[in-house]
Amino acid sequence: MSSNSLSFWEDSGNGRTGIMAWLTTTDHKRIGLMYMYVILAMFIAGLCLGLAIRLELIAPGRTIMDAQTYNTVFTLHGVIMIFIVVIPSIPAAIGNLVLPIQLGAEDVAFPRLNLFSWYLYIGGTILALVSLFTGGGAPDTGWTFYVPFSEFTTTNVSVAVIAVFILGFSSILTGLNFITTIHRLRAPGMTWTKIPLFTWSLYATGWIQVLATPVLGITVLLIFAERVLGVGLFDPNKGGDPILYQHLFWIYSHPAVYIMILPAMGVVSDIIPVFARKPIFGYKTIAFSSLMIAFAGSLVWAHHMFTSGMSDTAVLIFSLLTFVVAIPSAIKVFNWTATLYKGSITVDPPLLYALGFIFLFSVGGLTGLILGSAGTDIHVHDTYFVVSHFHYVIFGGTGFGMFAAAHYWLPKYYGRMYNKTVAKVAFYILFIGFNLLYFPLFIIGLEGMPRRYYDYLPQYQEGHVISTVGSWILAVGVIIMLVNLIRGFTKGEKLKGRNPWGAATLEWTIPTPPPLLNFDKEPDTSRKPYDFQGVTPDE
Amino acid sequence: MSNTHKDYAGAKLGMWLFLFTEVLLFGGMFVLYAAYLHEYRADFHVGGKQLDVVIGTLNTVVLLFSSFAIAAAITFIQQGKKKLAVNFTYLTIACAGIFVINKTIEWRAKFHHGIWPDSPHLREMSHGENIFFGLYFLMTGLHAVHVIIGAILLSVMVWFMKKDVINQQDFVKLENAGLYWHIVDLIWIFLFPLFYLVL
Repeated sequence: MSSNSLSFWEDSGNGRTGIMAWLTTTDHKRIGLMYMYVILAMFIAGLCLGLAIRLELIAPGRTIMDAQTYNTVFTLHGVIMIFIVVIPSIPAAIGNLVLPIQLGAEDVAFPRLNLFSWYLYIGGTILALVSLFTGGGAPDTGWTFYVPFSEFTTTNVSVAVIAVFILGFSSILTGLNFITTIHRLRAPGMTWTKIPLFTWSLYATGWIQVLATPVLGITVLLIFAERVLGVGLFDPNKGGDPILYQHLFWIYSHPAVYIMILPAMGVVSDIIPVFARKPIFGYKTIAFSSLMIAFAGSLVWAHHMFTSGMSDTAVLIFSLLTFVVAIPSAIKVFNWTATLYKGSITVDPPLLYALGFIFLFSVGGLTGLILGSAGTDIHVHDTYFVVSHFHYVIFGGTGFGMFAAAHYWLPKYYGRMYNKTVAKVAFYILFIGFNLLYFPLFIIGLEGMPRRYYDYLPQYQEGHVISTVGSWILAVGVIIMLVNLIRGFTKGEKLKGRNPWGAATLEWTIPTPPPLLNFDKEPDTSRKPYDFQGVTPDE
Repeated sequence: MSNTHKDYAGAKLGMWLFLFTEVLLFGGMFVLYAAYLHEYRADFHVGGKQLDVVIGTLNTVVLLFSSFAIAAAITFIQQGKKKLAVNFTYLTIACAGIFVINKTIEWRAKFHHGIWPDSPHLREMSHGENIFFGLYFLMTGLHAVHVIIGAILLSVMVWFMKKDVINQQDFVKLENAGLYWHIVDLIWIFLFPLFYLVL
């Protein structure tokens, strides 16, 4: 351990300065921040596309764009948000920043591979952007690339699927790196039951990334092969079966939603006890439920296909397995609320966003059960009910989890604090906007409004208008929150102490901002991660 | 940099995780094979009879021998016999070359008979045969790509051995490259009976 007093901002560790020091860095903290900046830029792009979709739908018929443009806009919104923003958001950005320090390590197991993952991510992102402006125009298939349409559309699907392949490879290597790090680089004394729950959730996530993503890889490669060679594996005219494509696609893409949500659950598990000043309720159950979700979540993919043509037996089994996943998810929610019970609660911004997560995720999770039971699914399949459920889970869940993580951890890395009052105001605006945006969609979905349609009957307009107004309020909330964070981290009050929130995990025992090799003295692993006895906030 | 460390077990663990991803990548194709075999059993039989069992068997022998060669190379580097290790790695790369040449001969014969993806002749054949040959080209093609990647990887290992990056004390890179080569071999061990023997 070096007794270096320079922070990782000043000490690049590779002898270079300026932008090159960042582009060739193998420091997990710098790589995490580089992920975050790209994710932020792409999040804003995806948000603008989402706002454009909502604006188009404020009235029936053409409002601001034609039908083909609308198809490409919702495809882009999906591809950017899923593959470029949400999947890497918490694991690659926050995970890189936090995971090695929580374990008491100086870096991840394969630092150079970590940088390589980032370059793959950038390469995939650039290629995805290239696919918009070249060839026959931006893809118009939806983010699922369903065959046979994706094989025959003249838009630039070939380049887009290769971009997805590369992004998947990046995700695999990050997962592989984290699993190895957790197995090999724990500080002496950091036993498995002392690992903070955020890192535990990344461990479960890592396994899904490693085991599920290759299936997406082969699936998108097959679309590419179909488009270039015309083999006909999914083309009924040549003997192929389009349903098989859907199976392969969802074998990855359903576990992928757990890649998105598990890390956010980890964030909440780390934040709640700190602001309740109480050890987390049921540490081992939460850690184990992450693994349970990862395992059971890999066996439920066909619940996306209840109306696609499957035997009743298969429908029954997949429906049952879907209900099984609800159990470990509910265990977590009950454990969080039990942690808050009789706690000494301080409502700081990270806790607010975490509570927002619990509420929105619960709504998303419970409506997921309506979709998971085969009978009701037939009624709401491919309606706005699905859209709303999905956004409650992924935006309300992962999105708010990411916001919570940013408010919780980033002050440590920038060494400055944002304005807490503004952060709280932003949260309430976001929360109101969010529910205005997505809740009406449940109702018009139940009434039969199909998803992805460009036009609709006048009876659905009321819901669409409320939703679009909600999207504006949400956008205002996001802008206030981001501006407050960015102002805080560039001009905000400097943190003098190591532990602004009074947390007990290792990342709060090191200098602010952290030095290049993280620890200025041997990490003290004697304390349990949620044992707050004698720990006081030190701003 | 002061923070470089060597972790033998960590490097092996990372490689094994990567091999899982390779298995699952091919796993997607094996699932397709299983589903279509179930649907077009008779057509798969007709298609399978048209493949060249002699070349297939030859390639199996070549790959099995190459797996022995790379395993021997790893043993030699552990014993400090670098020259032998380099030579046996060369031998493995040569096997990869023979495999790819055989594959090319086999594919060219198929092209000669008018069989390539989406060829006019194939479109006239039954749906099942089209799917069979489609899978044949995609699966053996993807495998051949892995053979080529493996050969490139092993060439880099030869260069590392000559630069003394890999030596008796630090040979985990060669060991991991060997593991990769074994998975390439192993996938063929499944492809060979599925296409050439059981139909």
